[in-house]
Amino acid sequence: MAFEIMSGSQAAAVAVQRTGIDLVVAYPITPQTAIVETLANFDARGELGGEFVSVESEYAALACCYGAAAAGARVFTATASHGLAYMHEVIHWCSGARVPVVMANVNRTIGAPWCLDPDQGDSLSQRDTGWMQIYCSGAQEVLDTVMQAYLLSEELLLPCMVVFDGFYISHTYEAVDVPDEDSARAFIGPPSFEAQVKPGSPANLHGLTTGDNQVKLIRNRHEAMLRAPDLFKTINSKFAETFGRSYGVIDSVIPPGAKTVILAAGATAETVRWSLPKLDNTGFIQLRMFRPFPREEICSVLETHGVEKVVVIDRNCSTGMGGIFAQELRSAVYDLNNPPAVQDIILAGGIDLTFEMLESIIKEDKYQGQVEQIWGVDLK
Amino acid sequence: MRIEEMKRESEMLYAGHNACPGCGAALSVRFLTRALGSNIALVLTASCWSIIAGMPPLTALKCPILHCPFPSAGSVGSGVRRGLDAKGKHDTTVVVLAGDGGTFDIGLQALSGAAQRNEDYIFVCYDNEAYMNTGMQTSSATPFGARTNTAPYPLFKEGQKKDIMQIMAAHSIPYAATATVAFPEDLENKLKKAQEIKGFRFIHILSPCPPGWGTESGDTIHLSRLAVSTGFFPLYEIINGVSWKMTCMPEGKRVPLKEYLMGQRRFKQMEDIRIDALQEEVDHDWEMLMEKIGSSQPLK
Repeated sequence: MAFEIMSGSQAAAVAVQRTGIDLVVAYPITPQTAIVETLANFDARGELGGEFVSVESEYAALACCYGAAAAGARVFTATASHGLAYMHEVIHWCSGARVPVVMANVNRTIGAPWCLDPDQGDSLSQRDTGWMQIYCSGAQEVLDTVMQAYLLSEELLLPCMVVFDGFYISHTYEAVDVPDEDSARAFIGPPSFEAQVKPGSPANLHGLTTGDNQVKLIRNRHEAMLRAPDLFKTINSKFAETFGRSYGVIDSVIPPGAKTVILAAGATAETVRWSLPKLDNTGFIQLRMFRPFPREEICSVLETHGVEKVVVIDRNCSTGMGGIFAQELRSAVYDLNNPPAVQDIILAGGIDLTFEMLESIIKEDKYQGQVEQIWGVDLK
Repeated sequence: MRIEEMKRESEMLYAGHNACPGCGAALSVRFLTRALGSNIALVLTASCWSIIAGMPPLTALKCPILHCPFPSAGSVGSGVRRGLDAKGKHDTTVVVLAGDGGTFDIGLQALSGAAQRNEDYIFVCYDNEAYMNTGMQTSSATPFGARTNTAPYPLFKEGQKKDIMQIMAAHSIPYAATATVAFPEDLENKLKKAQEIKGFRFIHILSPCPPGWGTESGDTIHLSRLAVSTGFFPLYEIINGVSWKMTCMPEGKRVPLKEYLMGQRRFKQMEDIRIDALQEEVDHDWEMLMEKIGSSQPLK
């Protein structure tokens, strides 16, 4: 165990190296490049422990991961924004084929026009693809989550996307507690899943089927994903025993008597966490796991504390509806006896969240009561 | 080779597969598996073969088949090769099977990427010269003058068929070859030769499609032979992108192209002026090919 200064992107790459993989498939895109460059440097020093291949597109990168994982290999790729959008067909295919692929996505706005700021619309556009999605709020969390994602993914045979904000996390250097290679590999272990492509064994893998069969496969996949929160808890309690840290599918800080809670995912969660002591009587939920959506865990916290209002930080916007995390939360709390009011703070375009913005949301009269949607630009 | 001389026990295509009678694509794969043996893994992209392979858990082939999205064949092949290598299965031959759409059109980027990286597998394109699985729509492999359901009379396919072999040669891959089911020995020899070579190998098989081309199912072999004897589809191989060699030279003078076009519904209403234009194109391509072969130094 040793602290090193590194960026979020480097932390993702170090996690992959520590995990021990068979194949890294790389294609560059800002702000993800430092991940694949760091992995290339491991390869150049002979320390990667697997193969590194540069391909001609993000589509190819994920397709190559699909083929390798189907043959039983442990794989990694990383992308952002347009790269993730370009992968879309293969993203669906990987979950349908039940291959355990782990991919990092560094949030960046999707154009037009070109924009590098960390809107979460790229990963949230992939909400319904059958991938698990975990949002990280700092470099340490990125490192730990990438490692844990392999255990989740290989156990459930579902692909997992580890998501963090461009620049605020990808390019920000922090002190990160880096596990040594031996203890990391002992913790993760070798790939535990069975290869689908087995030479000598005839199998017609993922060929044409009927809707009647497909519905069973979709249901199996759905039920497998619903196991993720419990498995995540188990993985984290073991992780805590070995490395002294752990994470929940959500993390919450609710001061006694707080009736307003701010919910955030990714880098903005860190801003909220640090602002909390200066925001009177306000609680905080970090949404870490987004798919599956931790409905039970969130509702339990809200009910236990009698929360009356949730302010949701959405660095994204589903045009014609609003922030996506807010929509998901409204749906999750709908059946509660006393569902809290949900107020949506839209930071689409990847705009920054400041303490001053939070302060005015919580304290200014005009933002109290039935104000369902606030555009972050109006708070500046 | 005579049909009765073929040893069926080494074939990996089961009877009862879903191909149409006279399907060149089914025959191509039958010969392919005879040549390559049982230790193969097949990557299969969207094409007629997505149907021919059958509905899981049924299967038409005695080997693993991994289906993949339409544009991804070249990349998934790379992944399967590397995944099998990671598992120590170096002796399995990986074969990627795609139609002309999955090779010439939507799959070209992945094909080019894999060829440039010299990925260690065999890419087989069975070319029936249009999107046949979706019902005969134009692809960039459709010959000039042909009618398709997206170029119905009085329209016709404009522009030449894309020269995929020159594209592959330009990637300097270790081995590329053309083949047809009318010359099964030539086809099998090329696959066996390809199997012995490491790196990216490309086999382009002309595969007549009776319902798409509008021909009798019994004409597939005859038409494939005419494609060769007219020079429309010459049989040759290219080593390292530079050494070009004919493997089946038509005997005597090339047969006029019209004989090949006649009797195919897709060329039925083709005007003489366009037949002449296509003949000129074939003559020109033939001369270019002969020049390449003539100037090629046999490699050691």
